[in-house]
This record gives sequence, C-alpha cells and structure tokens, in this order.
Amino acid sequence: MKYDLKKNNQVPEGKIDKKWNNHKSILKLISPNNRSNFDIIIIGSGLSGGSAAASLSELGYKVKVFCYQDSPRRAHSVAAQGGINASKNYKGDNDSIYQLFHDTIKGGDYRSREANVYRLSEISSNIIDQCVAQGVPFARDYAGYLETRSFGGTKVARTFYAKGQTGQQLLLGCYSAICRQIGKGKIKMYNRHEMLDLVLVEGVARGIIARNLVSGKLEKHSAHAVVIASGGYGNVFFLSTNAMGANASCIWKVHKKGGLFANPCYTQIHPTCIPIHGEYQSKLTLMSESLRNDGRIWVPKKLEDANFIRNGIKKPENINEENRDYYLERRYPSFGNLVPRDVASRAAKERCDKGFGIENNENGEGVFLDFNSSIEKYGEEKANELGINNPSLEKKRQLGKEVIESKYGNLFHMYEKITEKNPYETPMKIYPAVHYTMGGLWVDYNLMSNIPGCFVIGEANFSDHGSNRLGASALMQGLADGYFILPYTIANYLAKYVTYKNENFSIKNVEFNKSESFVKNKIKRLIQNNGKKSVDFFHKKLGNIMWKYVGMSRNHTGLSKSINKIQELRNEFWNNVFVPGDVEDGLNTELEKAGRVADFLELGELMAMDALNRKESCGCHFREEYKTKEGEALRNDLHYKYVSAWEYQENKFISDEIMHKEYLDFNFVKLESRSYK
Amino acid sequence: MKELLNFKLKIWRQKNNQDKGYFKTYKVNNISPNSSFLEMLDILNNQILFDNKESTISFDHDCREGICGMCSLYINGRAHGPDNLVTTCQLYMRNFHNGETIYVEPWRAKPFPIIKDLIVDRSSFDRIIISGGFISVNTFGKTIDGNIIPIPKEKADKAFDAATCIGCGACVAACKNRSAMLFVSAKISQFSFLPQGRIERKKRVFNMISKMDEEGFGSCSNTKACEVECPKGISTEYITFVNKEYISSFT
Repeated sequence: MKYDLKKNNQVPEGKIDKKWNNHKSILKLISPNNRSNFDIIIIGSGLSGGSAAASLSELGYKVKVFCYQDSPRRAHSVAAQGGINASKNYKGDNDSIYQLFHDTIKGGDYRSREANVYRLSEISSNIIDQCVAQGVPFARDYAGYLETRSFGGTKVARTFYAKGQTGQQLLLGCYSAICRQIGKGKIKMYNRHEMLDLVLVEGVARGIIARNLVSGKLEKHSAHAVVIASGGYGNVFFLSTNAMGANASCIWKVHKKGGLFANPCYTQIHPTCIPIHGEYQSKLTLMSESLRNDGRIWVPKKLEDANFIRNGIKKPENINEENRDYYLERRYPSFGNLVPRDVASRAAKERCDKGFGIENNENGEGVFLDFNSSIEKYGEEKANELGINNPSLEKKRQLGKEVIESKYGNLFHMYEKITEKNPYETPMKIYPAVHYTMGGLWVDYNLMSNIPGCFVIGEANFSDHGSNRLGASALMQGLADGYFILPYTIANYLAKYVTYKNENFSIKNVEFNKSESFVKNKIKRLIQNNGKKSVDFFHKKLGNIMWKYVGMSRNHTGLSKSINKIQELRNEFWNNVFVPGDVEDGLNTELEKAGRVADFLELGELMAMDALNRKESCGCHFREEYKTKEGEALRNDLHYKYVSAWEYQENKFISDEIMHKEYLDFNFVKLESRSYK
Repeated sequence: MKELLNFKLKIWRQKNNQDKGYFKTYKVNNISPNSSFLEMLDILNNQILFDNKESTISFDHDCREGICGMCSLYINGRAHGPDNLVTTCQLYMRNFHNGETIYVEPWRAKPFPIIKDLIVDRSSFDRIIISGGFISVNTFGKTIDGNIIPIPKEKADKAFDAATCIGCGACVAACKNRSAMLFVSAKISQFSFLPQGRIERKKRVFNMISKMDEEGFGSCSNTKACEVECPKGISTEYITFVNKEYISSFT
C-alpha cells in the first residue's frame, strides 16, 4: 500500500496561529450521556497516558489503564528532573508562543511538523495553570509567584520547575487525578500488566492482548479506541537513562500490525550523565540539564594534564584557569554551556576522541561540569544581600553553596552517592548517554496512527521534536497530548460509532482468539528454547552494536555493518536464548525481558536502516560524511526534508520494510542552518 | 582499582503468597565496590539462571536512580540497607565489608502481602490515595492563571518537601507497628499547606486516615524509625501536623 502521508496528516488549512482553533471548531462532539458507552484502553501511565486517562474519564468515558509497574505513580516520567517549558513570559524576557514555537522548530533542526509544534506552544501555558490547580508544588519566588529558569537551546527563562524533581511532581499530579477517577469507578487500573499485542478487527484497532505479569495469564480487552502512551525505546542501547523496564514492545507490536514507524534513527544523547565506570553496570544516571545554567563545562587544554587527571596524579583543582578549555563557551559564544543537547554531546565526544577526556574508564570518556565560579558568584550576591562587607572567600563559598543547594540539592546528593565525590568541592564528571527517542509511531494531527482507532501520544509518537528535543519539552508534550489534545480529537473519531453496535467491539470476536494464540506461541517458543545464553547477554551485545555504530555519530560503513551484526545476533537469540520457567508459571522476569529484547533486536535494525537512508546530518543524527568545515552538522533540506515512515511487510524480514515519506513544509519559520555560535 | 569483594547472602525465597518462605544462602564473589546492590543481585541471578534447580530471585526495581520508588528490600535489618537517605537501587557495595554476610528480606507488613520472593504488593498505598489524596479539580478545560494564587515561599517549600515522598513503603517496613503515618502525613500535608487544597482538607484527612486503618496499617507510636529510614528524609513533623489536622476534622 502506498500512503500519501501529507494528504493524510489532517493538518488544517489556514494561518498557523488559527489552525488549532479552527480545527477544534469542526471536530465532532459526543454528548455527555453517550460518553459512558465508550471504552478506551490506555497503555502506559506516565505523563501522557496518565493525563489522557484523567481527562478522558473526567469527560465521562470508561477508561482502562495498563502499566507494567506496580503502581501508575512509578512510570518513568517520574524521573525527569529539570523542568517543563511554557511561554508565559512571566520574566518579561520577550517570550511568546511564537518564540517557543520557533525555538522548538529550530532546536529540532527543521524535522518536525510545524502545525503540531505551534499547537504545543499554544497549549503550554494552560499546562502550568492546570498543574498548579492540582497542587503541583512548583518553585516560587519570595513574592509567591512562579519561578522559572532557562534550559539549553533558548535565550529566555521559560522553564518551570520543582527543584530537580519536576517530572515526579507532575506525574504525582496526574496520578492523583487518576486516583480520583479510580475512586469514582471511571478508570479501571491494571497494574503489573503488559500489552503483548494489538487486536485489529477489519483493520481497525479494537483491543489488546495483555499478560498479567503476576499470574502469567493472558487477558483479552476490547475497546472503541486504543491509546498508546508507552514511552520511548532508548533501552535498545541497553545502557541508557531510561528505567530498566522501559521497552519498545508496545509500539513495536503496533508497528507489526501495520502502524508506520517514523524517524526511528532519532535518538537523543543527553550530554550530562554520570560516565560509565564498569562492565557490570546496568543503568546510567542523568544529571539534569538545568545544571548547565550554573555549571561550566571544561576539559584540560593540554593532553598531558588530561592524562594526569585520568591517572589520579593531578586533581581538577590543580589545573589553573589558563590551562582549562571551556570548549562550549569557546565554540558557541552566544549560547555557551546552554547549547542544545545534540551540540553539547558531540562537542564532548570531539574532545574525548582527541584524548582530552578526564574519566578513568576504558575510553577515557568524561568531561568536567564545574560549579566553582557559580558558587563564588552566588556567594558574593548573597553576601551583598545580607549586607556583609568584604566577606572572606570562605564565607562567600559557604553562602554560595547554600544557594546551589537550594537549587540542585537532590542532584548533588545523588551524584555524591553514586560516585563518592562531593560536587560542591570538586567538579562533577559527566559524559553523554542515550536519553530520549524522538522517533516513534507516525501520527496525524489528531494524534491517530495510520491504524484507525489507535492513537499514540507522548514519547511514543514522533511528531513534535524533530531530530532533536530541547530540554523541558518532553514533559510539555506529554501533558499537552494527554490533557488538552487527545480528549478533543478522540471524540471526533469515536463520534461515528455512537449508534454502532456489533460484536466487533467484543472480545468474542475471532480476532482476539487469533491474537491470543499468536502471543501464546511466542511465549512458548521462548521458554522451550533451552539455549545457553541469558537474555541480558543478547541485550548487552545489541547495546554495544547500537552505541558503536548507531550512536552519537554514524557513517555508511558502520551502519551497514551494524545491520548485518544485528541480523546475526537476532538469529543467535532465537536459537540460543535461555528463558527459565514454564509457560503456565506466574511472575517470570526473565520472560518479560526476553520478549522485550526480541523486539529491540528488530527495532535496532530498523533504526540503522533509517540512519543509513538519511544522507545528511541533522540534530541528533550526525552522519560523519556530511559536515561543515568546522565539524558542524550539515543538513540537506533539498533531499531529506521529510519524515521517513516505515511500513512492516507481513511475514517478511525487517530489511524488506518500505519507507514512505511525509514531506515537511515550513511556511511560518524560515529554514536556516542551525547555528548557536 | 579497589579490591573486589566477596559476600555470603541469605535471601528470602518464597514461591507465592500461599507458600511458606525460607532463607537460602548464596555466595557471590568478585564484586566491584562500585556496583550497586541491585547490580550485585543481577550478577547473582545470572549465576542462578543456569543452575536449573531453581528460579532466579525476583525483586522489584525500575528506574535505578532513586526516584520511582519501586525498589524495596530489607537489608541487614534496615529498610533500603545500611546507608542513609538512599533507596536500595542507590545503595553501593562499598557500604559492605569484604566477606560480610548480608540478609535480604522483603518489606514485612500485613498490608504489603508478598507476591514472590522479595516482591510485595503495595497497592494499599494506591487505595489510600484513591480515598482522597488529591485536589478535586477538573483536569480538562480552562483554569485560572497559575500566578493568580501566590503562595508564600516558605509554604511552597514545605509542601514541596512533603511532596518528595516516593511511596516506596520504607516507613512502613521500618516501623515496629507497621504504621503508614509518614507516607499518609506527607501526602496530606502537601495539600493542606497549599491554598488550592485547603477547601477539602477536613474530608481528605478523615478519609485517608480511615482508609489507612482499614487497610490494616498499625498506629503511630512516635518511635521515628520511619524518619530515619525514609530515603527522601521526610520529617515526622508532618505526622504531628496531621494529627492536629485529624482532630480538627471532627469539628
């Protein structure tokens, strides 16, 4: 089938600032007394799924929510640290909807859909108001008003935050709203459940097969619409900042049922993670981007100093100012440490590749994030405020540390616990790591995938961030989709079914049995395989291939090699993986992992294929063959200004997938090469 | 390179809620002091995996950065182990001595029934929130501008400190009475300090405390073990505050 995605994307005509309003005015409605006749399934209980669940049940729909954790409060949105953007211009620094829109489009390197991004910017202020009303304890200034800070890729302070726990507080806001609806009986919560297949009836999404992870039983659930809010697929790299259980299975099942997978190669590498320090490591920990407001990033200027630091002969404090290379400030004077994540990540890699890395690990990968000058600067300001004349350096540092602690206390605490080093005294060591995936299932302006009745929101879809996500905009998108967009657009879809009653909506439909036996067979095959290697063995191996060839920078040879390697590894997995237990057993964490890794082994290949196809460097996708003389990314708008959307061919290999293109228009921002100089 | 460590582990194994549990002894060797406690268990599980005689040890974990609240474990008689202000996933093996015997148990409390091995069911916490741990605002539609309700910074900070609770259940596990007062009081306090939450405060405190009792949590007798073991350092001051709130909810 050939899709004309541009025709099908449902983007309304008209001026950019009128599109959403005009569109809303023509969307069909469902009257309140009919809404309770509709069942909606939501997969995932993070910011997008949680907010959608709360809003939809508030409106009167019957909602079932599924999550693999033991409570919806544990979704990985909880771990987001820094903040959430909104163009409120409270600080009077000339922020506006247009500025936020422009920054996001530019930050995404002109690979996102203009209309979606404008809508996101428009809605952003509502989100803050909504969350405040729910009791989310955002930071306040002494006058009692909302406080903001700035994040990478912007020149205004538009990020609202709650210390380093913004994601947690926003998620708990959602969670409390979900709980309120559970209490009213309008949401049914399925904890410790995992979706293992999407059920289509006559080509339309009508339900799911889920596995109860405690009992091990397969369950059938039918609904009038299925909403996928299962997050991103960064765990394909094994080591990432994602939660250990975060997986791609849900979106991958939709893909294999016909859902187009858009821009799979866009993986954001976050510049400020704690460097890897051992082979046993299971997880990487992020240090919020907000730290870059006050931390200055540097490596030694001289190779020998870097060597001394790695070997513990010199300490960072022993390197004086002239011998430090604040490379971001040097290369990007107008944004400095606040350049976007892809730019900061590549700059760190460039220094470490040249031998200036400071961490004593395999590849010497690490740079310093130094708070010393901020501590002194804040100390001096505080001393002035308190009327202390000529404070000693010690006094200044003490006061400065208190200011830093009030801003980032929990992050500093976390860093110290992990590394045994006190970041108030000595600079943090950081290095880029896999964080967020901008690719995902293709959706139209209504957030519906190309499978009717299957909606996709939050990180699971592809639409708003282009090839790079600016800081503090993931939380914004999750909540905008769930609280303010989906509730309108889903009604438009459901309206036609108000008077539509037949067994297609019931789990009695034969398609449910077919799906169930498909899932059962897959589980059986994994368990009865009796191989010699653990699931983690394959996952780590896949992760190595992905990081090496499909990571921070890619080239033709590496990508082609990775495709072969992934195929070989996948074959070996199906021949040699060992999953303990019996099919009828209950809780089996090895089985859970095995299913997820099986899907990663397919998705990884598609990511490499997509990266190979995109012969340009844009945002997080850096192809070594396409760069400027200064080593900056070189985009190719003439040939690659499109969304690549891949279609799985039933019963064929991943390598047989067909790519469709949605060409992108930029009518309201001028296409420019992205410069942060 | 620091020296590698060896441990003897006594781990609680229990097939399911009906079955009887028991301690089983394991040995793990050559563990890096920089491994987290859960990474050490991963290594042990990898040993057990090919043993064929038994299933791997089940334990709860997810974010592994101390914020999702999913991990638990009662280690050497302490909730989340011997370090302070950390969850189990943030506990590192450098906190243990070479050759040490480490006891690993699940949270032990009637309202947290065991599911398997070290995994317990904490949905009683969800049910307490369902009984009233929210502000009854519509999540859909228009609301007033966030800055129309200024909140004094001190109040906002206090509400924030209460809101840092991750719902891990360490407070219950640490309490000799299995009281959930620290968790419940943190949730109640957050909303009581904020102007948005005050309208429903009486109903909220009454419902949540009643639900807590109904779920079978014990009473608070002010031993403050919860505060000591709380990975987020939540203060028992909130319990005092909520006791006052509870009494005034009758009037």
